[in-house]
Parts: sequence; structure tokens; C-alpha cells
Amino acid sequence: MPIDLAWIRPEPQGIYLPPADAWIDPAHAVPRALVTHGHSDHARGGHGQTVATAATLAIMGLRYGVMPEGAQAVDYGETIALPGGIRATFVPAGHVLGSAQILLERDGQRVVVTGDYKRSPDPTCAPFEPVPCDVFITEATFGLPVFRHPPIAEEIARLRETQAAHPQRCVLVGAYALGKAQRLIAELRQAGHDAPIFLHGAMERMCALYREWGIDLGELRPAAGVAKAELAGHIVVCPPSALNDRWSRRLPDPITAMASGWMRVRQRARQRNVELPLVISDHADWDELTATIAEVNPAETWITHGREEALLRWCALHQRKARALAMVGYEDEDD
Amino acid sequence: MERFAALVDGLVYTRSRNGKLALLAQYLRDTPDPDRGWALAALTDGLNFPAVKAGTIRALLDARVDEVLWRLSRDYVGDTAETASLLWPEPQTPQLPPPSVSEAVEVLAGATRATAAERLAGLLDRLDANGRYALLKLATGAMRIGLSTRLAKVAFAQAFGVDVEQVEELWHGQAPPYADLFAWAADGAPPPDAQSLPLFRPFMLAQPLEDTVVDLGAFVAEWKWDGIRVQLVHVAGQTRLYSRGGDDISASFPELIGALQIPAVLDGELLVRGSHQGGEAGGAASFNALQQRLGRKSVSKAMLADYPAFVRLYDVLQLQGEDLRPLGWAARRARLEALMPQLDPQRFDISAVIEADNLDQLAEIRARARDDAIEGVMLKRRDAPYVSGRRAGLWYKWKRDPLLIDCVLMYAQRGSGKRSSFYSDFTFGCWDGDPDAGADLLPVGKAYFGFTDEELKWLDRHVRQHTVNRFGPVREVDRQLVLEVAFDSVHASKRHKSGLAMRFPRIHRIRSDKPAHEADRLDTLRAMVAD
Repeated sequence: MPIDLAWIRPEPQGIYLPPADAWIDPAHAVPRALVTHGHSDHARGGHGQTVATAATLAIMGLRYGVMPEGAQAVDYGETIALPGGIRATFVPAGHVLGSAQILLERDGQRVVVTGDYKRSPDPTCAPFEPVPCDVFITEATFGLPVFRHPPIAEEIARLRETQAAHPQRCVLVGAYALGKAQRLIAELRQAGHDAPIFLHGAMERMCALYREWGIDLGELRPAAGVAKAELAGHIVVCPPSALNDRWSRRLPDPITAMASGWMRVRQRARQRNVELPLVISDHADWDELTATIAEVNPAETWITHGREEALLRWCALHQRKARALAMVGYEDEDD
Repeated sequence: MERFAALVDGLVYTRSRNGKLALLAQYLRDTPDPDRGWALAALTDGLNFPAVKAGTIRALLDARVDEVLWRLSRDYVGDTAETASLLWPEPQTPQLPPPSVSEAVEVLAGATRATAAERLAGLLDRLDANGRYALLKLATGAMRIGLSTRLAKVAFAQAFGVDVEQVEELWHGQAPPYADLFAWAADGAPPPDAQSLPLFRPFMLAQPLEDTVVDLGAFVAEWKWDGIRVQLVHVAGQTRLYSRGGDDISASFPELIGALQIPAVLDGELLVRGSHQGGEAGGAASFNALQQRLGRKSVSKAMLADYPAFVRLYDVLQLQGEDLRPLGWAARRARLEALMPQLDPQRFDISAVIEADNLDQLAEIRARARDDAIEGVMLKRRDAPYVSGRRAGLWYKWKRDPLLIDCVLMYAQRGSGKRSSFYSDFTFGCWDGDPDAGADLLPVGKAYFGFTDEELKWLDRHVRQHTVNRFGPVREVDRQLVLEVAFDSVHASKRHKSGLAMRFPRIHRIRSDKPAHEADRLDTLRAMVAD
């Protein structure tokens, strides 16, 4: 028998908590929203009240130009009481700065909503903490066994080798403006890359925010207005959408790279004219997804979005109860 | 194998032709024999391991991965070899170092149907995901990484600073790993003996006539036949039939192989006899009839009887060991005419010269010609030697109405009604510049008719086998198949990225014999704009 929780209801638009009239990561404006992290498909604007970590609220404020209405900041590990006897605790998810899983408890029942998460180390955010629970509501963006993200150090090393081998060209790396870009830069710094890194204009404010939150990104410079010759031999970071855009014509014969878990599949890289695919993702890969389910060991696993079919199959093969929630509105992220 | 794997991935991710050339040339220079020779063979479909089938991979994975997870993964990735390379469970025990290309070839070549799976598994265990991908592609012989044989030859020539046309000539006589070819190109050894081998000689090609006005005193006019251009070679008791791209298609046309007993290299149009479409120049059926005979590994007696092939000769390149290519067209034509009585008239005739005093008169003759096997008119300089490729000012092609253009198939979508479940809605493109200089294809139109039911089945199969990408109902295919598209007119249009819109485009012919980089450019289409 599937666990029937009257107080938590998966809807196509998000996870709904009827006793509290609250939603988690809703796709539309609601009176009360609990937001796991700052990516736009999870953190939409216009809610009456927005509960999230302070970093997530700051990110939302930056994205929407104003702080969300009724913003309520929660620390990691802090438990807040919602109407209807529901207690919510925000736990690090390891996805991006401020990202959280939300542990929901009522009448001794424990439900964890992961939002998006990963298990591999990331110098820009607090690491994922597994929380034992009855129902584990997980993402499955990379829920296919072909997705195995290599250690990030290998990908960073390939990026640096390419950069070093082409002193007359620049390497243009497409990376999602929130999270991926900063993680990439921080990892480059850890690997000893201390040359300035040049940024597309759309990256600058988010990088500045990360710095305010104490993350060292080294010397960053805007790419705008810099002479071609000066960019030769350097790394330039831009949003994926700018990779094949008119914008990149200002660069010295750029080598097109992209940091994304999708780069594991050759045709996905070819589709985007990527010459240097970097398999770097802020989502759990197949091994992390399955290992996390095993570790958390819930009575039931619910799958929000991604390639849920394969993860369902894995659960079935391992005698684990699972169901797909068929959520709408979450994009195929990580690019 | 790691270097080969890196090369394969480099070729996959590099879009520009020059980039691909540089990568391959460097690999060929830096890699020792015989690895580089085997690699070159793998990249140009020159390897064949009969014991390794597509099903071998499937069976290997069946034993290691849940079938549902395999299917979901395969559907997502869209390529069996790549899916298998990613799903292969890494062995938990220490392994030998990765095999060299030569070792892999040796292991697979020695495999039987009974041992193939086990041997392949042993090699896979010693490689990482990229190495496994390269190995599986090499083992199954379907690279499809956007590298044509021609490009490989150019890279070879570039790597060692030798003449690409000489490479073309010598290549066809050599077997992998091409030790003599490398010895000649890399180490200055004498070229491999080409005289006693039935080698392919690069074709001479024509430019579109467009606005050029030629003097029919200096040029001769010939019909352009609607078959496929072939070269028939007989040397030292061996005969070969080569298609336009230099592929050996001898096995599909045994009646022609037996028909040439004189040492010669002949250039002509391969056609199928058809009584119903005699026409003034006689006896050829439409291209559809010829299509029945293409791409077959063996030919039934019924096929031979129903669709008898013959060659309508245009030119003679060599005769009795003498190279006639330096001679002018008129001198070669005289030799060809003198040769005709010695050839079997059932299998050979000569492409007639069209008598016309000037271009206007020729245009009239061209317009009147209603023979289905006539595609247009060729204009050849009477004093032109036979030189490879498309040289300015020597040969022109003047195609007949309707307007025709050679496009490259880019996308296909499933049709509806009687075409439902078939990929029958085709989007095709022309090169936006010189494809050899890295120009890309731009879509120029979409067509969903013009083909026969048989051709539709063929196209549908082609689309399924060559899919590189899926967008909902639309499949993107690798850019290899040339489609000759017929259309009534073409107009400037702001709605399309190419700036052009065709009126009533239809698939006129499938040109599987034509390499994609020889398809037409946007400029050619633009020159046809009526308003």
C-alpha cells in the first residue's frame, strides 16, 4: 500500500501542503511558498509569502530586482512551524548557493523534498546532508544510467590543457549564470588558475553576489570592451545562450566549451556546436541518485521531474516503492 | 586506442573541415605504423569484422544491464555504440593496459561468431568510456562521424605534403593498414605499383552553366544522362566498377564486370535498359529503374533480366596501358569511337554528340528533349584534357527544366495518411558558402512528395539509420544524403533564414552516389531567383 499522507499532496504545479495552505517550489503565484533554491523554474515571483534560505532570497531579489514579498529567511538546520501542525526544516542540498532540501514533519511522519541536489563536492555551497525519512521526494534530471559525471577535477584539467595549448585563442565556456559559473570559476581557482577570468555581462551581478556571500572567485573582469588580443589565451565565461550568439564574435577565435551534465552525450554537445564538452553538473548523476535513495532508505520514493521512468525501474528492481509525480514547469536544467 | 579515441572525439566535435583535416593529419604524422593505417581504415569504412554484428553489442549489454534501462538509455542517446560505451560496467579487478588499435584489430579479426562477444568484452574492460565508444565504432564499422573518405585522403595528403590526386589513385590499390602508402608518403619510398591494379581515377566534373555564354566552336554539346556516373576499369584480368565517390560497386553489376575484356579506364553513365522510354537516343529507363539495382550485394537472375544495366560512354581515360588524360577531348573522343566496335553493344553505347550551331539552337533542342533519361546538356571544351575535379571553364552542365538543385537532407518528420509512420516530410539545405572551407548548411525547403513508394521506404530507413538527433516528432539526420530537388521557381523570402523560398519543391531523385559536400550552394539557388 502506498503511504497516504493527507497533509501533503503532489500537484502538477508543485507540492501542496493543505493544512498550511503552502506550496513547495510552485510554478505559479501562491499565498505561501517554500522555495528550495534560486533557479527560476523553482523560485518564481509573486508569492504572498516566500520562505527560503537567506542566500536564496538574495538570489531571488537579484533576479527579480526586488526582495520577494513577505520574505522569511531560514537558516540551515532551523525548523519553522507552519499552520496545521507542520514543521519544516531547511537542510543543505549541495546544488547551488543557498539550496536546501526541505524536511517536513507532522504527526511523526517525515517527508524530505530534495529540490535539486548533488553529492559531489562544490566549493560554493554547503554539502548535501542525507536525512532519514518516510517519503523521499527526489529530482531525476539525470535519471538514466548513461549519466555518470566524472570528477570535476578531470574536467577542469581538460579545460586548462585546452587553454594552455591555444595561446592565440580564448576558451569560451557556456555555464549557467547561477551556480554553474561560480562553481566552475571556484574550481579553476582551486586548480591553481590565477589569471583573470572574463565574464559575459549577464554573469557579473551573480558573481558579485557570490562574493558578498564569501566565495572567493579571484580576479574577474568584464569581457565587454576588452580588445581581442587581450583576451587571447584566457578563459571567458558566458551563459549557454550566448555561446553561438553574435556576442561571441568579439572574441579571438574562441574554442567553444560548455559545462553541463548533458555533455556526456556526444550529440547533445554537437547540437550546441560545442567543441570542448565539459561534463560538469550541479545535479546528482545516476550513481548519486541511486546511492542517495539507498542511503536515505525511505519507505517510499516520489520522483518530481527529469527522466523518472528509469529511476522508477531501478526502484522496482531493488524492491523499493516509488511513484512519479508528473510535475510540470520544471525545465531540463543544467545548461 | 586512447589516441584513436581522442581523434574520434575530436572529429565528432570539430565542425570546420579545416579543423578536422588538421586533427587527422596530425594523428597520421604522430602515430606509428600499423596503428595509423588501421585507424585510417576504420575512419573510411575500410575495416570489416564479419564476426562482430550490431547484435553482438546488444547481447553483451543484455547480460550486464537491465533490459528496460538499456532501452530507455538507448532511446535517449540515440546511438547503440555510445549507449553501450556509457553503460558498460567498469571491471572491479585490475586490467591490462588499454589495447593499441593494432591489438584491437588483431583480436577482432581473429574472432569467430562464437568468440566475438567474449573478445570484444575483454577489450572493453580495458578502456574508459571514450575508448569504448571508439572501439565499438571501429568494431561495427559504422563511424558516421562526418568524415568522408575524400576528406581522409585530403588529410593524408596534407599530413605528408603529397599530392591528393596521387593519393586518390594509389589508395584504391592498397589494403589496410596501407604500409606501402605510408612508406611512400611519409618516408619517400617509391609509390606502390599502380599499373597492374584496377584503380579508381578521380572524375572530371562540370560546373553549372548559369550565365556563361560558350562558343560552340570551342565546345561540344552532349546529353547529360539521368543515371549514375561510373568508371569501369579493366587491368591485368581484373575489372572494377566505381561510383562517383570512388566506391567499388562491382558486386551490384556483374553483367558489366564480365563485359569489359580490354585494358581500359572508361567514364560513362550507368543506365538500365527500358523499352518503354526509348527516346531518340535510345533505350534507357528512368532513374527509378536504376534505383532497383543500386546498393545490392548480390543480384538475382530476375533482377538481371528485368533491369539490365549498360554504360553509356562519355570518355576514355586509359587504353591498353596508355594514359589518354593529357589529350584534348576531341582526341580522346576519336579513340573512344574507334574502341566502340570492340565492345559488346548490349552493354555499351556511346553518348551522342548534339549537333547545334549556337546556344539558342541548343536551348531549343534541350527543351524539346522529353526522354526521361535525359537530365540536361553537357558542354565540354574540345581541347580540354581530362583533369580531376571541377575546373573552371572546361566542362559545364546545363540542366533541363524543371529547376533542379542538389540539396542535403537535414531533417525528416513523420507524415500522415498513407505516409503515416514513415519519415516522409523532408527538410533539406544548401551550403552557405564553400563546404570545404567550413560553410554550414542552411535549410532551403521542405518536400513530402516526388518519390515512389519504394523510394519512400528507402528514405524512411535511411532516416532511422542516420538519425543524430530528435526534437519531438522531428529527426535530424547526419548530413550525408544528397537529394536532387525539383521545383518550379524560387523567390526571395524574409521568412526563411536562407532568404529563399521554393515553389513546389519535390524530391526528384535520391543521389546516394553523390558526396554531400558536392551538393549545391545557396548562391546557385539564389541565381535561380525569378523575380
